[in-house]
This record gives sequence, C-alpha cells and structure tokens, in this order.
Amino acid sequence: MSAANPAQYRNVDALRTGLSRRKMLDQVFVLIGLIVMLGCLVILAILFIDLVRDGAPRFTLDFFTSFASRHAERAGILAAWVGTTLVMIVTACCAVPVGVAAAIYLEEYAPKNWFTAIIEINVTNLAGVPSIVYGLLALGLFVYQFDLGQSIVAAGLTLALLILPIVIVATREAIRSVPNSIREAAYGLGATRWEVTKDHVLPYSTGGVLTGMILGLSRAIGETAPIITIGALSFIAFLPESPFKSEFPFISFSWLNDPFTVMPIQMFNWVSRPDQAFQSNAAAAGAILLGMTLLMNGVAIWIRYRFRKKINW
Amino acid sequence: MSQSIARPGLSRSALRYRKARDRTVEFFLLAAGLVAVFTTLAIVAILVYESSSFFDHVSLKDFLTDTMWTPLFADAHYGILPLVAGTLTTTIVALLVAVPLGTTIAIYLSEFAPHHVRETVKPILELLGAVPTVVYGYFALTTVTPFLQIFMPELPGFNMLSAGLVIGLMIVPYVSSVSEDAMRAVPRYMREGSYAMGATRMQTALRVVVPGAFSGLAAAFILGISRAVGETMVVAIAAGMQPNLTFDPREPAATITAYIVQVSLGDLPHGSIGYQSIFAAGLVLMLITLIFNVVGFSLTRRFREAY
Repeated sequence: MSAANPAQYRNVDALRTGLSRRKMLDQVFVLIGLIVMLGCLVILAILFIDLVRDGAPRFTLDFFTSFASRHAERAGILAAWVGTTLVMIVTACCAVPVGVAAAIYLEEYAPKNWFTAIIEINVTNLAGVPSIVYGLLALGLFVYQFDLGQSIVAAGLTLALLILPIVIVATREAIRSVPNSIREAAYGLGATRWEVTKDHVLPYSTGGVLTGMILGLSRAIGETAPIITIGALSFIAFLPESPFKSEFPFISFSWLNDPFTVMPIQMFNWVSRPDQAFQSNAAAAGAILLGMTLLMNGVAIWIRYRFRKKINW
Repeated sequence: MSQSIARPGLSRSALRYRKARDRTVEFFLLAAGLVAVFTTLAIVAILVYESSSFFDHVSLKDFLTDTMWTPLFADAHYGILPLVAGTLTTTIVALLVAVPLGTTIAIYLSEFAPHHVRETVKPILELLGAVPTVVYGYFALTTVTPFLQIFMPELPGFNMLSAGLVIGLMIVPYVSSVSEDAMRAVPRYMREGSYAMGATRMQTALRVVVPGAFSGLAAAFILGISRAVGETMVVAIAAGMQPNLTFDPREPAATITAYIVQVSLGDLPHGSIGYQSIFAAGLVLMLITLIFNVVGFSLTRRFREAY
C-alpha cells in the first residue's frame, strides 16, 4: 500500500509508540530480573559476612580444641566436629554403596515393568519427604526397635537414608550420559552385563558419582532436625572412643555406639540461649559449618566441570 | 592359523561362573533398589503404629477441633489446629517470597540471560539452597528480625514473619531451577512463531512460554510448598515454640515441625503420651504434604500441554 493515506500514518505512529513501549517493558523486565537475582546473591553474601563478623572473636585454636562449657568464652566445638566427622563416615559408607547399586540396577538391569516403576516412584517421593520425618522414622526404628540408642551409628544411618535419593539421582544421570555405543561394543566382545557395568559404565560415571556423594554429604552435614529428633545430646564433654588402638587388632568400632553431638546441634544449642555471649559462639560454629558446605558444593561443581571437559565421546 | 582358540577364559565352566556371578550381582543391586521401597514402608508403618497408640488416649474429634495444644502440661489439650495454623502461616509467607522471586529469576534465566550469565548464576543460586537450615535460623533471629523491627517496632523477638521470609529465600533456588527447566522444555518453534508475529521477548515469555510451561511451574511451586511445610530449624529458632492459634505472621507461634523439635529436646520417656504425640504430629505433617502433592499433581495433569 502506498503511504498516502493519513489514517495509515496515524496507525504507523501508533504502532511505533506501541513498539517502543513494549521494547521498554522488555528492558524493564531485564532490569527487574537482574535486580532480583543480585538481591538473592547479596543476601547470601550478607549472611556469610554476618556470621564471620559475629564469630570473628571466637576463631582461635582453643575453639577447636575445647569442649562445650557453661562459660561462653571457654566453650568450643571439639566434640561437635569430631562427632560430625564420625557420623559423616558412617553416612558415606552406607549411602554411597547402596545408592550407587540402586542407581545401577535402575539404569542397567531393571526391566520396564510396574515393579521398577514402584521403585522409581519411591525414590522420587523420598526426596520430598521432610527431613524431620526421617528423624521420627529413626527414633521409632533405629533407636528403639533395633535398640541402637542415641548413638553415632543411628545418626549415620538416618542421614544415609536421607541422602540416598540424592546419590541415586546423581548416579543415574551420570550412567545415562554414557553413550550406548560403548555398552554395545563391550557386549559385542562377549562381556556380561556386570562386566560392561563395572569395566565401562562405572568408570565413565565416576564424576557423577563423586558429585552426588559430595552434594549428599553437604546436605547431611547441615541437617539438624532428624538428629535432634533421635535425641542427640547437645552438651557432651568427652570424645567417642578412638577408632585406633595401640594393641591388636588396632582398629575398634566401639565408637559407633557412643553418644555424640554434631556441629549443627552445637550451633542450635548456642543460638537458643538467651545469653548474648553464646551468640558469637553460634556465629563462629555457623561460619565453619557454612564454609564446609560451600566448600563441598564448590568441589562438586569443579569435579562436574572437570569430568565434563575430560570426556569426549 | 594353527593356534588353538580354546583359551581358558572361554571354557564352559568359566562361562557358567560368569553367569552365576552376574545373577548374584543383580540380586544385590535389586536389594539396594528395594531399600527405597522399604524406607517408605517403614516411615508409614512407624508413623501409623505410634499414632494409633496416641489415638487410643485422644479422640479424633478433640484432635481436630480443640483449639489448644498442650500435651506436656498438667491440663493437657490435644488440638492440632494451632500447630497447623502456624505451619500454614509460615508456608504462605514463604511462598509470597519464593513464588514471585523464583519465577522472575526463572523467566530471566530461561528467556533473557545470555548463556554465560546463566551458567555462572545457576550454581551460585543453588548455594542458597545448600546453606544449612540452622544457619538460616540464626540469620532470621539475629539479622532479619532486628531489621524488620526498624519498620515494625511492635514486632516481638520471635515471630513467624521473619521465619517465613527466610524460608522463602531458602526455597527460591528450588522454585527457580525447576521452573527454568520447565520453561526451557517449551519447544523453540513456539517462541519463533511468537517472535514472527512481532511479539517482544517479554510478551513471548509471559504469553507463550509461561502458559506452555504451566504444569512444570505448578510442580515447582508444589516442591516449594513441600519444603516450606517441612522446614524445621528456621521456625524452631526464629518463630518461638509456643503453640498459638493465629494466622497473623507478626505473632510468635509453633509449627508442627517446631513442636517435634521441642519435645525431642526434652527427655520424654519412650511410650509416654508426649512421645507418641510427636508421631501423630509427624503423621499430620505427612498428610499435609501429601494433600498438596495430590492437588498439585491433578493440576499438573489438567494443564499439561502436549507438544
């Protein structure tokens, strides 16, 4: 059409203003998106700075080598970090083999039927169960039915169940990304299913398995509610029995049954005290806990990146 | 070629051994897979078993209609309503934060952000979800509450508002990452069709991508709700632990989860009514989560767009 019609000129003008208005809205949204995102990151930074600033006076060697105490300035996290380490060892030893095995079964072995579907639905649902419910399960089952008491092994098993879905999902993703041509080549040379899995699929999935394990443990290390529910003590002034002995057989497992406390519980205990002096203890413990979690997540991201770069199918 | 090909590894007995080993391995792998099923069964069994002893002492009518929850007092009342009210209030506050923020971030990352921004921001956002909840509790109590008190001098030291806000912040990454995945699953040709009609990126995002990804967004919100309902330490630390039948977020109150923590901190004998009451509370918590999931699932089904 020719542009002679004045009515059409008006339309073009209207179109133009409409367009520029819509483009401006576009820019406004980009701005809003950026602000919201930066806002979240800034809050994360404030949280971290807050903890470090409040806890700064407590970052001394004594803090790591003293037990809890009624005097804020003499209290430390010795029992807590030892307890956390031991509980994490139990958790990793249970959750990783079981989780990896379950993932291998679901990806490599399971036939497509209702039975497999039930397992898959269960794994998905377990990931959504509130963590405190795992605590109730552990209280009823581990502490009283199995008579494990309020021990390191009960806590380790509880957290292992809690992170099992994380390990399974991460491992499955890693296994799924191994191309089928590799499996087919191995089968073609006469390997059995287990040989294919153990010699080819698993080595290629190591990165994913490690990532899943670290992410799972970083979740477990900060979990407080389930451990409180099984009745962990928050005031412990002794260490579990040492796993290393001077006489034969040099290794002892009696620490598994010892009472314990962990970092998040120690922090919770200090936070809930009205005395202001304990708040800086809580902040210091929180900063250490947060630092450990962030470090573990960072390592997981790094591993994922490294393995993704190294493997070229 | 005169070499024998009958190498020991291929003998019949070796083959049999390998097959037997394969079957044994498969059995163990299946057993590991079944752990997930047994965990679910055990959770249901324990909650129902301990709650049934609780309901031997307390009638269901009292449990659902009584407006006081004081199982540990001499004058014991067993009305779950105050705890449910606390749970719903903190959840609503959390969602008011997480849904707008999470969706905005998801739209931005999926439709607007350049590739390298997305790849850098996503892992950092996920760190927000990785912070231990007890640390968030400390943050709510010592930073957020004093900050809110600047604007609301009447605000008590323990309140559901700051707990809810912090929970909302905590679940932003869950909401944003699931929503973003859903939006990126919307096929490209739909966007291209929209651009071809002269729509801007924002019009495409809001009128094509978001409706197309609605079922995935609903799933993200449901995930957020489940997290908020089950969140424990933030409310236990920052909202106070007094059961309080109110929907006013400025007041202190206990949630279902906070009550379980409070009882567990004490030294209740195994088998007492207080001990059983935490399992009844846990059962209610599971039922609330289940209801939200069922509603969400049917919503998702109803609005699912097939491409």
